[in-house]
Amino acid sequence: MSQENFIPLHKICELYKVEMSFFNSLSEIGLIKIITIEKSNYIHQDKITDIEKMIRMHLDLDINIEGIDIAFNLLQKIGELENELNTVKNRLRIYEN
Amino acid sequence: MAFIDYYKILGIDKSASAGDIKKAYRKLARKYHPDLNPSDKEAERKFKEINEANEVLSNPENRKKYDEHGKDWKHADQFEKAKQQQRQYQGSGQQSPFGDFGGGDYSDFFESMFGGRASSRGRTGGGVKFRGQDLNAELHLNLKEVYKTDKRTLTINGKNIRLTIPAGVKNGQVIKIKGHGGEGINGGPKGDLNITFSIKNNTKFKLDGDNLHTTVDLDLYKALLGGEITVDTFDGKVKLKIAPETQNGTKVKLKGKGFPVYKKEGMFGDLYITYQIKMPKNLTEKEKQLFTELAKLRTS
Repeated sequence: MSQENFIPLHKICELYKVEMSFFNSLSEIGLIKIITIEKSNYIHQDKITDIEKMIRMHLDLDINIEGIDIAFNLLQKIGELENELNTVKNRLRIYEN
Repeated sequence: MAFIDYYKILGIDKSASAGDIKKAYRKLARKYHPDLNPSDKEAERKFKEINEANEVLSNPENRKKYDEHGKDWKHADQFEKAKQQQRQYQGSGQQSPFGDFGGGDYSDFFESMFGGRASSRGRTGGGVKFRGQDLNAELHLNLKEVYKTDKRTLTINGKNIRLTIPAGVKNGQVIKIKGHGGEGINGGPKGDLNITFSIKNNTKFKLDGDNLHTTVDLDLYKALLGGEITVDTFDGKVKLKIAPETQNGTKVKLKGKGFPVYKKEGMFGDLYITYQIKMPKNLTEKEKQLFTELAKLRTS
């Protein structure tokens, strides 16, 4: 597999001053997917926004791994509900005009 | 510009210890942090207030200044020396722990007392790269403008951004443009630009998902005897055959004459037409006579 589009995990650890064990725990709980290419661990670049969010929750808000998992699940639900609400609002406009 | 009670914002009293301040701040930050309240402007405003209160009260020097002179903030001369010290702090490259959110957005009251970013604490000191802030913008269009894929150049924060607006984008839909948000900190990547579409429907068609709905008037005689009419669709006129004895409220579906399906080129929803039969008015004597005869035929 090509390393293109992947960010080495050790670089993320250095950059954000986070222990590797933090990412291992996130991976174990299923919140992130660590890709191994030629014996090195990587994260897909599209996931960096989520990972930064998890780091902020952990370091700035003292939320543990399980808490981050719950927060992410709830945020996903909120996103789905917002989309649904938007669809319903758009449908409601049919009857308002 | 009014005095801001930072103790009140954090829900603590003036005798609060450093530990109490940290605890109160963390509790409120967990409640209002933008990561946990996406797209919530009120939470973002509260978070900035909490952040500012913490910036002042968690720094013993700033807390002392605030306690002594906070209510007399108008006497800014007294703080000039403090401001000079503050500028030295800013030059040291130290950042707020919430570099993505709190940065540079302080109240006038805070600026007047502390001259800008005050904190000298936090984990992000010294050259750590941070992704820039995500920016949000709203694009107002009308329904006709999103019937076909369109390319536009938008000016956001003084920069021109070329944007492809895919046909069929919905009202309230958000499109993320990577790397067009705020500048990164210490050379970090730029944030994203989130564009929310606000689409006004000023047509006679009603949009339901990808389907369009409209009502077409039908005269009594065509409804009874059948015939042909020309109706407007979103992209032009079409001829329709009317079956004899068509009832008021009859719905017909024109397949593929609805709205384009988002990001599925060549796919369209359907157009639903509801016939509304118009009764003739101002009947002549002759018409009345003929309708009476018709009525008798029906009742006999």
